[in-house]
Amino acid sequence: MAITEQAPASAKRHAPRLARTSSRIAGHGRSRKSVTLTVLMSLMLIYALLPLFWLFVNSTKTQGDLFSTFGLWFGGHFALWDNIRDTFTYNHGIFVRWLGNTLLYVVVGAGGATLLATLAGYGLAKYDFPGKRGVFAVVLGAVAVPGTALAVPTFLLFSKLGLTNTPWAVIIPSLVSPFGLYLIWVYAQDAIPKELLEASRMDGAGELRTFFTVSLRLLSPGVVTVLLFTVVATWNNYFLPLVMLSQPSLYPLTVGLNQWNAQSHTVGGQAIYNLVITGSLLTVVPIVIAFVFMQRYWRSGLTAGSVKQ
Amino acid sequence: MSVSMDALPGSSRRSRQHRRRWTGWGFIAPFMVVFAFALVVPVGYAIYLSLFRTQLIGGNSFVGLSNYHQAIEDAKFWASLGRVALFLVVQVPIMLILALAAALALDSARLHWAPLYRLSIFLPYAVPAVVASLMWGFMYGNQFGLVASINNALGTHLPDPFSKGLVLTAIGNIVTWEFVGYNMLIFYSALRTIPNDLYESAETDGAGAFRVIRSIKLPSLRPAILIATIFSIIGSFQLFNEPNILKPLSPNTIATYFTPNMYAYNLSFAGQEYNYSATIAIIMGILTVIIAYAVQLWGTRKEA
Amino acid sequence: MKTPHRMRTLPKRTTALAAAGVALAATLAACSSGGSSSSSGGATGNASDIAAALQKSSTITVWAWAPQTKDIVAAFEKQYPKVKVNLVNAGTGTDEYTKLQNAIKAGSGAPDVAQIEYYALPQFALGGSLANLSNLGMDSLKSDYSGAVWGSVDINGQLVALPQDTGPMALFYNKSIFDKYGLTVPTTWDEYVADAKKLHAADPKEYLTNDTGDPGFVTSMIWDAGGQPYKVSGTQNVSINLQDAGSKKFTAAWNQLIQGGLLSPISSWSDQWYQGLANGSIASLVTGAWMPGDLESGVAAGSGDWRVAPMPTWQSGGAPATAENGGSADAVLKQSKNALAAAGFLQYMNQGAGASIFANEGGFPSVNSVLNSASFLNDAPAYFGGQKINQVLSDAAKSVIPGWSYLPFQVYANSIFADTAGQAYANKSDLDAALKAWQTSSAQYGNQQGFKVTSN
Repeated sequence: MAITEQAPASAKRHAPRLARTSSRIAGHGRSRKSVTLTVLMSLMLIYALLPLFWLFVNSTKTQGDLFSTFGLWFGGHFALWDNIRDTFTYNHGIFVRWLGNTLLYVVVGAGGATLLATLAGYGLAKYDFPGKRGVFAVVLGAVAVPGTALAVPTFLLFSKLGLTNTPWAVIIPSLVSPFGLYLIWVYAQDAIPKELLEASRMDGAGELRTFFTVSLRLLSPGVVTVLLFTVVATWNNYFLPLVMLSQPSLYPLTVGLNQWNAQSHTVGGQAIYNLVITGSLLTVVPIVIAFVFMQRYWRSGLTAGSVKQ
Repeated sequence: MSVSMDALPGSSRRSRQHRRRWTGWGFIAPFMVVFAFALVVPVGYAIYLSLFRTQLIGGNSFVGLSNYHQAIEDAKFWASLGRVALFLVVQVPIMLILALAAALALDSARLHWAPLYRLSIFLPYAVPAVVASLMWGFMYGNQFGLVASINNALGTHLPDPFSKGLVLTAIGNIVTWEFVGYNMLIFYSALRTIPNDLYESAETDGAGAFRVIRSIKLPSLRPAILIATIFSIIGSFQLFNEPNILKPLSPNTIATYFTPNMYAYNLSFAGQEYNYSATIAIIMGILTVIIAYAVQLWGTRKEA
Repeated sequence: MKTPHRMRTLPKRTTALAAAGVALAATLAACSSGGSSSSSGGATGNASDIAAALQKSSTITVWAWAPQTKDIVAAFEKQYPKVKVNLVNAGTGTDEYTKLQNAIKAGSGAPDVAQIEYYALPQFALGGSLANLSNLGMDSLKSDYSGAVWGSVDINGQLVALPQDTGPMALFYNKSIFDKYGLTVPTTWDEYVADAKKLHAADPKEYLTNDTGDPGFVTSMIWDAGGQPYKVSGTQNVSINLQDAGSKKFTAAWNQLIQGGLLSPISSWSDQWYQGLANGSIASLVTGAWMPGDLESGVAAGSGDWRVAPMPTWQSGGAPATAENGGSADAVLKQSKNALAAAGFLQYMNQGAGASIFANEGGFPSVNSVLNSASFLNDAPAYFGGQKINQVLSDAAKSVIPGWSYLPFQVYANSIFADTAGQAYANKSDLDAALKAWQTSSAQYGNQQGFKVTSN
């Protein structure tokens, strides 16, 4: 789907306070466990994990075993380490370069997007100003225009400004996260009591200082959630860099991997499917780890942020 | 995406100090500057482009709305639109119902090892669409891929996932795989916020689990379902990455105009019909807004 | 969620904003119009100007995907240390053309030198994007190439590129499979079809070849059968006739394979294709002379099994004739600010020492001097069981039928092949009718683009 970043927000009126949510777990958890339900959910779990298992299994295979052995079990020769080494060293370590580029695009793009969305969402939630409603309509309306199809106008525009084939061509568009803005906006309305802001102003703090010293801390679960979703969006970004970049040394992992895959279509090109698969595994692993470790933070942000309206 | 128009704060109209009137702009200005540059100007440029026609022979000329006229009579455009519409009415409900069922199961507290399921089913969301498509593309191979392996091992005759009748289903499966856990998590988060007293009163009434689902959980989920539906509609209309990456594996069943987005892409990148491509983009944007708005109207009316 | 009256403000605001966007975009467009193409211009000079340019400090950017280019660049930089070559693999074939086309449209960002396949050259030449190398005195190189090859880079009297590799077609077959099933190497297309039937009947998992429809292959086969479906005169007049005698000859043979289910339903260059070639279930390929390198690197398991034979003929005892399949040339872009140095590199790569490096590393060269050299002809790779394959391929290069031309919008036409002609392969239906559909769609596009297309 072209939308890599969807609103992590669901709307619900008359939201309860968080405290209540947690208190109900105890009362509600008395029910007995159901085997049928567990079995049914296991089917979904298998559906979700089987392709990832396939990815892992096939990363352990040599190019030859890849096609000649059963897809869902290990081949004769456990070649994972060889494959990983080859992935990192093939073509003078271009994969490392792509990994570095991806990190750059994620840190600057997702970090910047989160910052801009947080500032803007907070501004919309806590201030009245002229043109506010127009801002809302335009920002959310623009999401509906297919990004893929806007690629050419964006490309022509950027190339007139000399931005194509530079990291900026990838970073600038990913700085915009309308959903991040929406989430923070909704979240900020309830997370930051008006009295607190008034008190801070009484103390003579400026607006910006109030934001950084008082508000940001209260917003942090929402901010982490937005960060998570923008990280996923920029890490998985494919189309935009594909169009904007022609220099392989600027590619992120997604574009690079697809180029490796397409390389077998080249006269004189090497078919390196084992490296495509291992590279895919290596692309997925960091973000999965990030998911698992940040779970505690983004879940609370999602739960809390999903409800305010 | 007007879904949350009533989230508009600013109910307080009481006059504030004049100096603070523009402070809000200070906070949103950085976002708006980038937004205007990266989205609004390209959209405007696309509209501008859509009013011209550039030929390989003959150059550039202003043609008014003739590109729009051409699109309305373009069978390929309608074919692509029909395909994503079909995709939308089949794949989106399946995905959302699966996600909803999973979320209810997670929330029921009757599941063993619930956190394991929650995280595992969500994981595919972390897999880039490119990687997901490459991976499923390998698995779909019915000569030597996983489908072939399974046929050989079990003696089955699974049909070719890339055949004419199945290719849309095969792509729908990839999209479902990618997003079912994501939608599940949204529903689950919304379920977690249902106030406890509602459950308590249901318990006093002696309501069973299914009754609780029907009369408490589902109504409370309605806004979340509405939002998930609208985003899935947008996603379906913008379907691109998966079919585009799978195309080399099955060129005859994934046409250059398989989806409107692919059509627009191929028009501009293969055919150099930048103007007509921009026209398709604008039409799709307008259609998406209209449909998303209609779904919202429908959703809120039912609520009332 | 129930504040519909607020919604009404949305369209108005959006329109206002969009209008502002249009105004901005219009200004932008006005500032830098005319960046796309110009018909005149381009560098002029001669051999000594080029030689002088190579002794001056400069940097040129080269877009190429041929793997040999890297070593050629290294050798070039050693010989001309003042010229720095920035070699970029901007993708293969259409991936690169898309980027090239975008850069041309944008008016900047194109490389100095780009690798372009023969079928795509007319499109870029016509857009006026390529420098006319005749103005740099390079038309004197004509005698080093066969007429058919030179014809592919000499478009409308402009020399738009120098040939690098060529792809005269031949039959590549897996001898062990042919032996196992008692197939004779076909010398005519009738025998070829008979072999396909015999093999598939003997083992339903075996196919003589794979084909899911490939525009490059189809046009080359029509070429091979003596067809000339595309004719271009001047810059504007184009005729398309995919029902000519050559086309009919080809479809008559291929329809038997398509409708008889005798083609392995695997797309070329896919993962499954390499596997099919390796496990012997795809027993032969009819393709360009550049194939040996790909077999050796992509189908290592087939080492020792494969052989090369001349193209089957359309009549028993017919004179050997073949066509070009694939192959590419290198062009200097008009956007280049270092056209002289770029031309110098071009010549080094395709004419000078570079051509030998290219051939030594498995490329199939186009220059006669290399094609006819003893070391090239006597090469007997173990992968092909010690067969001196270059003798077969070099003979093929000499029997390419001259006079072929591609459409000035062939890249687009090929991109819609699967939508139209490809349907015959998917449905096992008449290829002849499907080619007609391809012709109609191609002609329609041509007319939309301002060409005068005759299509019958």
